[in-house]
Amino acid sequence: MSSTGAVTVPRLHPKARLQHDDVRGRDVLLYPEGLVALNATGVAILELCDGTRSLAEIVATLERLYATGGLERDVATFLEGLAAKGLVTYGP
Amino acid sequence: MDLKPLWLLAELTYKCPLQCPYCSNPLDFAGARFKRELSTEQWCRVFREAKALGVLQLGLSGGEPTLRPHLEELVRTAHGLGLYTSLITSAYRLTKERLAALKEAGLDHVQISVQGADAELSDEIAGTASYRDKIAAYHYTRELGFPLTVNAVLHRRNLHQVEGLIRLAESLGAERIDLANTQFYGWALHNRDALMPTKAQLDAAWQVVLRERARLGTRLEIVWVLPDYHGQFPKPCMGGWGRAYMTVTPAGEVWPCHAAGRITTLTFENVRDRPLGWIWEHSDAFTRFRGDAWMPEPCRSCPRKAQDFGGCRCQAFLVAGDAGATDPVCSLSPHRHLIDEAIARVEAVEERPAELTYRAAPASRALAAKG
Repeated sequence: MSSTGAVTVPRLHPKARLQHDDVRGRDVLLYPEGLVALNATGVAILELCDGTRSLAEIVATLERLYATGGLERDVATFLEGLAAKGLVTYGP
Repeated sequence: MDLKPLWLLAELTYKCPLQCPYCSNPLDFAGARFKRELSTEQWCRVFREAKALGVLQLGLSGGEPTLRPHLEELVRTAHGLGLYTSLITSAYRLTKERLAALKEAGLDHVQISVQGADAELSDEIAGTASYRDKIAAYHYTRELGFPLTVNAVLHRRNLHQVEGLIRLAESLGAERIDLANTQFYGWALHNRDALMPTKAQLDAAWQVVLRERARLGTRLEIVWVLPDYHGQFPKPCMGGWGRAYMTVTPAGEVWPCHAAGRITTLTFENVRDRPLGWIWEHSDAFTRFRGDAWMPEPCRSCPRKAQDFGGCRCQAFLVAGDAGATDPVCSLSPHRHLIDEAIARVEAVEERPAELTYRAAPASRALAAKG
């Protein structure tokens, strides 16, 4: 079963919170008993995962933002990694 | 210094209505050492200093943290600092109104213990009728939208209920269940012969975990805290001594883990006397076993030393009598026979006497008096 179709809407799970880590100069995703360090692209992706945009729309927005193409695979892979930790869910 | 702490466990009080015989609090929790609890202002200062040091995760624990006055104010301060704040509670008499107030103050996550999969066993192990309150509180957390972790400490008397515990967490819609095999410190070490499971019990429970993980996938995270006595190598305790983790006790002592206060050969500092940053960087308790220069053989030349950090200093002290020894659970430790003997005692006895010392203030004072 693929969860990366055009109509898939990824959403950050409510248990996860984006937070800037001043001491280490980075952004992190915090969740119960753990954290994931994020780079700037990761933050940009997650800020778009607000439950209103489809994966295709998120990819299109990022491609505009970074003036590039072919990002779908990277974005999908990043989100799949977080989904495996239960930090991102997919809805219609 | 490169190492910065990520985690702070704030033990707000050692008062607790439950009496679990494996409690990780010190045996002498009722004694003079822990009597003078930090003020709310002092705790808020600790949280600020922790955040400035690099802490991102805060556990509010105890004892029972909901017995600490002004808990909402502490949560509000932590939230304002950006700390991801977890309440680690027994849920005894925890109302929906209280949880709603904590949610409003910015609490991120709730972890509620359960001592068995049904009221009869849970209440027996807790020593206090509390199962009904726990079930009610689990539902409140769902209704209020908290992420929920169900925490169950596993031992000889409840390992047969692992499937029931997982099904309970599943039926509640919990995000996560911690199946924490008893680690033998504090009260658990005192009750070791009555709590330690047989190898057969552990193997059976592990098969259940594998099956249930396959069935549930990401719907419920099932964490299995390894029973280290039955392993070949030690656990990477706290991710290494003084590398990521700090505990502050109710009276303000700062420990590298919640069991370390038992090590009588270390000097512990107090947040009343020193800034948290100084304690992290310079105190004897945090520097003694940081890195690998302290390691004896077989750790010193061991290729695993960067993985397990020599195991657990508390266990080395409690079992081998030397906090600077290799963790005695390691198969390469010269003290491994002490662990094997403890296991052999358990395996040899069909039905052991049911004597448990429950965690309670009178027992604590009696044990402290005995030394």
